[in-house]
Amino acid sequence: MAYVPLADQDQEMEMHHPHSWVEKYVWSQDHKVIAIQYGGLAVLTGIVGLVLSLLFRLQLGFPESIDFVDPNFYYQAVTMHGMIMVVYFLTALFLGGFGNYMVPLMLGARDMVFPFLNMMSVWTFLISVIILMASFFVGGGPTGAGWTLYPPQTTMAGTPGHDAGIILMLVSLAVFVVAFTMGGLNYVVTILQYRCRGMTLMRMPLTIWGIFVATVLGLFAFPALLVACIMMMFDTLLGTSFFMPAVIESGSPLDYEGGSPILFQHLFWFFGHPEVYIVALPAFGLVSDVLSVHARKNIFGYRMMVWAIIAIGGLSFIVWAHHMYVSGMNPYFGFFFATTTLIIAVPTALKVYNWLLTLWEGDIRLNAPMYFAIGFIFTFIHGGLTGLFLGNVVIDLPLSDTYFVVAHFHLVMGVSPILVLFAAIYHWYPKLSGRMYNETIAKAHFWITFLGAYAIYLPMHYLGFLGVPRRYYALGSTDFIPASAQELNSSITIAALIVGTAQILFFINIIGSLKWGKKADPNPWGAASLEWQTPDTPPKHGNWGDELPTVYRWAYDYSVPGAPEDFIPQNTPESVTPAASDEHIDTDKDSTLADV
Amino acid sequence: MSLIKTVTEKPWERKGVIGGMEPEGTFDTEAERVALTFFLVIATVIFSLFMVSYYIRMELPDWEPLSEPAQLWFNTGLLVASSAFFQWARNIVARGDSKNLYTSFFGAGVLAILFIVAQLVTWNHLQAGGFYLSSNPANAFYYLLTGLHALHLAGGLWVWSKSAIRLVSGGEPEDIKLSIELCTVYWHFLLLVWIVMFAVLSNT
Repeated sequence: MAYVPLADQDQEMEMHHPHSWVEKYVWSQDHKVIAIQYGGLAVLTGIVGLVLSLLFRLQLGFPESIDFVDPNFYYQAVTMHGMIMVVYFLTALFLGGFGNYMVPLMLGARDMVFPFLNMMSVWTFLISVIILMASFFVGGGPTGAGWTLYPPQTTMAGTPGHDAGIILMLVSLAVFVVAFTMGGLNYVVTILQYRCRGMTLMRMPLTIWGIFVATVLGLFAFPALLVACIMMMFDTLLGTSFFMPAVIESGSPLDYEGGSPILFQHLFWFFGHPEVYIVALPAFGLVSDVLSVHARKNIFGYRMMVWAIIAIGGLSFIVWAHHMYVSGMNPYFGFFFATTTLIIAVPTALKVYNWLLTLWEGDIRLNAPMYFAIGFIFTFIHGGLTGLFLGNVVIDLPLSDTYFVVAHFHLVMGVSPILVLFAAIYHWYPKLSGRMYNETIAKAHFWITFLGAYAIYLPMHYLGFLGVPRRYYALGSTDFIPASAQELNSSITIAALIVGTAQILFFINIIGSLKWGKKADPNPWGAASLEWQTPDTPPKHGNWGDELPTVYRWAYDYSVPGAPEDFIPQNTPESVTPAASDEHIDTDKDSTLADV
Repeated sequence: MSLIKTVTEKPWERKGVIGGMEPEGTFDTEAERVALTFFLVIATVIFSLFMVSYYIRMELPDWEPLSEPAQLWFNTGLLVASSAFFQWARNIVARGDSKNLYTSFFGAGVLAILFIVAQLVTWNHLQAGGFYLSSNPANAFYYLLTGLHALHLAGGLWVWSKSAIRLVSGGEPEDIKLSIELCTVYWHFLLLVWIVMFAVLSNT
């Protein structure tokens, strides 16, 4: 069977059309509804993660100010915050949310290749979230082993949640991997097989490239997490000794012997490092599109951007042991991983330069999405630069267990992707809802979040240099930590509380605008990529009405000399607009509009 | 499609429809086949990571090699036969024929079920012989790897059973052609995984 455009498969499309409210919004196979289910669930989970962080931040800033934040709860909150934010919030929102929404729309497809599998993916994700949340309600509570779940302490008495909590965490992760694999296969195959006519790989918006490479990384990296989870579950439940060494617990030896905790660390970080890029690459893609649209310029160095995404994806599989310098390793091994880590900075820096050069001499529109996108460039450069320090073994060893690392990874993979998420949500909100958000509230939201993020994380670098250890419930009194460190901690907590509370602005804006927002133009930003050219806003089931679009150009024809408008949609034939290379002027606007 | 040619294309220079009715760069094959290819790579990653863990864990001093029972040779035979029957069924539907389709297609499934049963019987024998899961990491890996392999085969049997129901309830061989072809690929893949696994287990 050769390629059959979905438009020609009338029967099949008819079959998938929903007939009742439940089919339309609950058991939906429409990628847009699934995207919102995925995204909404990820955001709800993320709010839990945010509240947990505020609780343990209160303990750090104002020790023992809340009764129930005892050492056990502190470790549980830190652990759950980390795991929720990395896996259940960022991964699910970028790939499950934006991946689902953007892939078919940007490629000119009617839906994902396997809509039923797509629906299974979101419901499986729900199950994994329920299992995760269940751990708050079992005896002993959720696991408090740190989000890296290092054995042997994970399963030993003394670690909170060492019995039921850790099992639920492992099961939940395994279920999440299954959900992700179902969704991931969909994104990858859709991108490869269901592009509309004329949409070559190199005409895809960078958002799609980011999602594509991130999904491939996820498909090949999550198995490592699955393998580690399965083996740890065997150790915990069935008494095997894959990871558990001979160890003494409260004076008596346990039944384990000879296992290798380091093996777990290798498996975990073989997943864990690509995971950073699973979150970062879609963010890179989304921010490239936002910057290009609001700067009214084509993205600078499109091909380089694509190659950089691929290169980062490839390299991300050979840098994992830089998370393990402190666990001790052969110096040559450390040298190898330090080198690869620094090499990965090259394509990453290239992307940063290209973003800046996209802005250079652009006709910049300072809309809220642009604020967040430019804010991202700041936080990403700052977070990235500290990565260069930490990639070196000799610098990492003293800093690894301090707040310097907390500051680094929060700026680079916490704040930066989240700023992109806000940029992307504001940017695509008009398409998604058919309404405009409130610009003033969005900008207030930006300034509080952006400045607040610096107020939280800049001082942490300094705390790290002082040698303040991370993961500690309370600092106690030591000679090397001055009393002023505690004051700094208090100010960080206050900033965190303000930033956390300010997110209410975002929700008020997004939910309120559904009702009170101004009705949105189908293409309010004048964007060239395909998702803005749908016949309906928000797009209906099947996305494209009767006929699939045909693509004649790349997604970045902005400010083309001689063109009637400062953007040319991807589905505008080349005959009605001048080529970018020659200065031929064609002002036959009617025919242009007719084809739009 | 040439990958190098694709990613060195200059999209800002080339305008117009490229690739006729088919989008250029789309593989000229069914989406299901592409999905299966990705899935096979994922499964390979999973099995490889277990193998790497196996070799790393083996180096540690408490490892006592398990001598695999000879019964595994018989089980291997069952899996080889199952794979061969699937190939037979695939060849039949590829020719557009339907003679012997029931024999080959159901034979393949039944042989695969027998393989799983035989693997469970082997587990029982090992248990009876005192080779418990938790008594040594070599045993643990044996149960883990064979169990994982059997689970993958069970997943394949689920797809097989769906096609079987379609075939029995009057479906044309043409309807399940793709399903049989993809199952055949998957079965061969699992046979290969089993042979590699069996070789590693027997030699260590």
